[in-house]
Amino acid sequence: MVISTHILLTIALAPLVGCLLAGFLGRFLGRAGSHSVTILGVAISCALSFYVLYQLTLGGAVAYNQNIYTWFQIGPFNASVGFMVDRLTAMMLVVVSFVSLLVHLYTIGYMHDDPGYKRFFSYISLFTFSMFMLVMSNNFMQLFFGWEAVGLVSYLLIGFWYKKPTAIFANLKAFLVNRVGDFGFLLGIAAVLYFLHTLDYATAFHAAPSLVGKTLQITAGTHWDAATVICICLFIGAMGKSAQVPLHVWLPDSMEGPTPISALIHAATMVTAGIFMVARMSPLFELSPGALSFVLVIGATTALFTGLIGIVQNDIKRVIAYSTLSQLGYMTVALGVSAYSGAVYHLMTHAFFKALLFLGAGSVIMAMHHEQDMRYMGGLRKYMPITWITMWIGSLALCGVPFFSGFYSKDAIIEAVGLSHRWGAGYAYFCVMAGALVTGLYTFRQMYLTFHGKERFSVVASHGHDHHDDHAHHQPGVLSHPPKESPWVVTVPLVLLAIPSLLIGFFTVGPMLFGGWFGSAIHVNAANNVLGELGLEFHGSLAMALHGFTQLPFLLVLTAFAINTYIYLFNPAMAGRIKSALKPLWTVLDRKYWIDNVYFALFATGSVKLGRLFWKVGDTALIDDAMVNGSVGVVHRVAASVRRLQSGYLYHYAFAMILGLILLLGGYWVVGQ
Amino acid sequence: MFTHLLSLLIWLPVAGAIPVLLAGSARPNLARWLALLVAVLTFVVSLFLLLQYHPDAGGMQLTESYLWIPAWGVHYSLAVDGISVALILMSTFIGILVIVGAWEAIQDRPQQYMAAMLILEGLLIGVFCATDALLFYALFEAILIPMFILIGVWGGPRRVYATLKFFIYTFFGSVFMLIALLYLYQKAGTFDMATLAALPLTMKEQTWIFFAFLIAFAIKVPMVPVHTWLPDAHVEAPTGGSVVLAAVMLKVGTYGFLRFILPITPDAGAHYAWLVIVLSLIAIVYIGYVALVQEDMKKLVAYSSVAHMGFVTLGIFIAFLLVREQGSADMAQLGMQGAMVQMISHGFVSGAMFTCIGVLYDRLHSRQIKDYGGVINAMPWFGFFYVLFALANCGLPGTSGFVGEFMVILASFSANPWIALFAGFTLVIGAAYTLWLVKRVLWGDITNPHVAEMKEINGRETFVLVAFAAAVLAIGIWPQPLVHLMDTSVAQLVQQLAIHKI
Repeated sequence: MVISTHILLTIALAPLVGCLLAGFLGRFLGRAGSHSVTILGVAISCALSFYVLYQLTLGGAVAYNQNIYTWFQIGPFNASVGFMVDRLTAMMLVVVSFVSLLVHLYTIGYMHDDPGYKRFFSYISLFTFSMFMLVMSNNFMQLFFGWEAVGLVSYLLIGFWYKKPTAIFANLKAFLVNRVGDFGFLLGIAAVLYFLHTLDYATAFHAAPSLVGKTLQITAGTHWDAATVICICLFIGAMGKSAQVPLHVWLPDSMEGPTPISALIHAATMVTAGIFMVARMSPLFELSPGALSFVLVIGATTALFTGLIGIVQNDIKRVIAYSTLSQLGYMTVALGVSAYSGAVYHLMTHAFFKALLFLGAGSVIMAMHHEQDMRYMGGLRKYMPITWITMWIGSLALCGVPFFSGFYSKDAIIEAVGLSHRWGAGYAYFCVMAGALVTGLYTFRQMYLTFHGKERFSVVASHGHDHHDDHAHHQPGVLSHPPKESPWVVTVPLVLLAIPSLLIGFFTVGPMLFGGWFGSAIHVNAANNVLGELGLEFHGSLAMALHGFTQLPFLLVLTAFAINTYIYLFNPAMAGRIKSALKPLWTVLDRKYWIDNVYFALFATGSVKLGRLFWKVGDTALIDDAMVNGSVGVVHRVAASVRRLQSGYLYHYAFAMILGLILLLGGYWVVGQ
Repeated sequence: MFTHLLSLLIWLPVAGAIPVLLAGSARPNLARWLALLVAVLTFVVSLFLLLQYHPDAGGMQLTESYLWIPAWGVHYSLAVDGISVALILMSTFIGILVIVGAWEAIQDRPQQYMAAMLILEGLLIGVFCATDALLFYALFEAILIPMFILIGVWGGPRRVYATLKFFIYTFFGSVFMLIALLYLYQKAGTFDMATLAALPLTMKEQTWIFFAFLIAFAIKVPMVPVHTWLPDAHVEAPTGGSVVLAAVMLKVGTYGFLRFILPITPDAGAHYAWLVIVLSLIAIVYIGYVALVQEDMKKLVAYSSVAHMGFVTLGIFIAFLLVREQGSADMAQLGMQGAMVQMISHGFVSGAMFTCIGVLYDRLHSRQIKDYGGVINAMPWFGFFYVLFALANCGLPGTSGFVGEFMVILASFSANPWIALFAGFTLVIGAAYTLWLVKRVLWGDITNPHVAEMKEINGRETFVLVAFAAAVLAIGIWPQPLVHLMDTSVAQLVQQLAIHKI
């Protein structure tokens, strides 16, 4: 069985066609036409992605790796557009297209009253195309194309409501922070070309062992290990895209965009591109324990410290956003201990349950007439049972409760870190373990505040007609009519995501995590193979789940559950008391460690000040006034004084002639002497 | 098909300017249509270059040579290589767009404006195919005249200051070039550029000649610190003048680097390559910061031009390091090719950016960023193009802006990682000044009531923007045809760098 180029091209291009049709011909297609073509495009991609996955797993097809066309050929250097589709790619294709399809469907309900309806469909299809190009790439050039293209769509979608000042601030910030990461990423690609003389994955990975012993001279006498330089530079790209500390600041602000894209882009797919990339580059990262330790420490820091911020958030989307940051940290930690499969596996389960949580939150937000503050919610479970139940499934998966999909991926990561001897593994183990408690704290708090306890909103009969897209001018906690369950286009995606959130771990953990399912797509040195070591103790998913009930992570989640249950169901006043008792800590978290403030002062304000200094002093004062206009001034003054000689008086000229004669003769006389 | 294709390309627009002028103020539409006809014909003729030029053969092709000034042995001699062909095609393409763009915007003496544009186009094509140094010099100087008129007659309120600054700045530089050429002439007895290239010169001679050329061409590019004429000239120039200035005229400077410094003074060039590299990096980083704080849209884009041209000079001069120090001719070719692609790409991107600003200016008569805000609400289609070109300006993959920068950064890492580090900074600062501009002009709610009255782009403006967009996307999605056109010529240039004259 061979994977056909036509199928792969169709997977990539079908969403692009949908995007172009909805974007340029939306006027003729109308709203229904626009959502139909885009959904059709993504549905085709989704079906074919499943088919490719089938070919690679059950059909016995070999991995696909071919160039489609030459982008440039300069001397020996080739950059092409081409596809590499192995099991890792196939898994990504299925995850991306499946979540994207459901988000397309969901959008019909969520964006129903939005004037930018067609534009929104065009954008999310463009995103799907870009993400496909990223994951299907067989070379660094196209990877960078996809990398930046998803960043662009993220920029457009965060700023989708372009009249909102916060949205257009957030999208600029997101793009620029990502660009900082891309800056490192590009240097990494340049380093690959320098050391390995190719941009093609397969050739580069094949030549990777030659990096051993090579160094890069940074200054006279300072030499850095080649593999470490390459991997750290590439990972800086991942830190931007996958929002790792200290480049995490853009992700919470990206919640300014509509909720469907928070689910698709800022939770399930785009932000995991960094994780995917590092897993893809495993043959390179395996050469540098130093770089992997760096990855490990960054990931561990992100996992714990961003999760902590989630505990003090009141905006339902922001809680999930911080949870996403924290979970991305888990994936990064897994990469850091060479458990690439674990990272990618958590990427997959997370895509399902986190998309579910975001779409669930979106459903709640719709019911609350675009109110996002959980302080004005409560008791929603009786109004919207489907959203309530599916979100509980997502939450339990997120917390890693045994049998849920998140348990298998997260528990494996924690165990793998425990087994690793890599520098930084001890710190990381503490972080991911404490992170389990933190995850429980913010997740159950969110669920209780939203769905349980007393209703903290009131219903006042509406006057006039309802403004759905009018986000700014409503009174918090006052609804014009009671909340109600969302329409089927919203609930069906929730149910379809709840199923894998619940089940996929149980059925796939054996082969994917411990069975070498990814094959040659992921390369791990035998000495680093913590997942392999872990696999020796694996006796089926049932045993693993039962064992999980006795382990520390589950006990921590249970603790968090107990604390939250007590506070939010039985003693609501206590939340306030804890807050005032821990005021300093609360302030630190509420201010997000002041990182945003520092960045803004340092980079935004600082750059403008520096620019003004350069402009006013460098360009205006030094070059223009002193040199350019200054030399004009000199010419002016010289001309003015020379002009005075031409007075027009005969006796002046006669005097000058006599003076000249005397000087000349005098000169001769002196020389003659 | 044509035996004198290059002469035809030069003189068709120049001669075509005469009937345009004769149409007179009384019949402005006739003048416009005639000008368009000439521009389109020139473009069509330039397409024959693609048919007649053989990219794989390399060398100078389609040669024409006649004795011009017998007393000094000056020839009217023309020929092109792949780089010239690419630049000429870009010039004739943009030649059409500036005529169409000025259709309604220029109401005062349109026939003279159109004629000046056509003459300018012809002279620029001449610069790109002259192979006699004195002919090159004559054309190099002659292009100042129509540009001087374009800014001086149709320019903004401070046009006199701007034109004088522009004229004296560039004229000052060309004096040095003339001295260098005269020295070379008394040594070689000819102005033939191929002979000059083969002329053996001592290091001392090369150094003096190198700096003479450097001053002349650096002003034209422009490079830091002799760039300050550009923002002033752009601000005062009419839209079409800005487009040609940024898109084509700046390339004359970098083209001069290729035709004079590289072949004539390779050893001095290699010795002082670090100087040009440092100046290029300053252009990329320092000018990036300066662009960030501009309050005038045109100045911002003008400064961004300086930064982007920094990649061209960087790509050319890292080739010296790569060939001479690393012995890596392949990498040098990558960097040089990046510089060439960047020249072409910058032509389209900056031309498009200035056209967009012209569209805004025609409606609101302001170039101040603060007068705008929320333009997307009034002009969504315009917004689409503006965002597209802004993204090309910050080098997004898939647009032409990415291709050249990508190649130059990749190659510069091999020359020295520090160069790549500073050059790569454009990813951040370039995006910052461009997208901040977009944020303040396009996004947001309308605050200025006049913005609400702005009309969506009309068919004529859409045509121009679509044409620019097609070029920007075509190069971005598939640069190989352009790369292939120039590849052999670039390889030959790189070979010349390796030749030691001392």
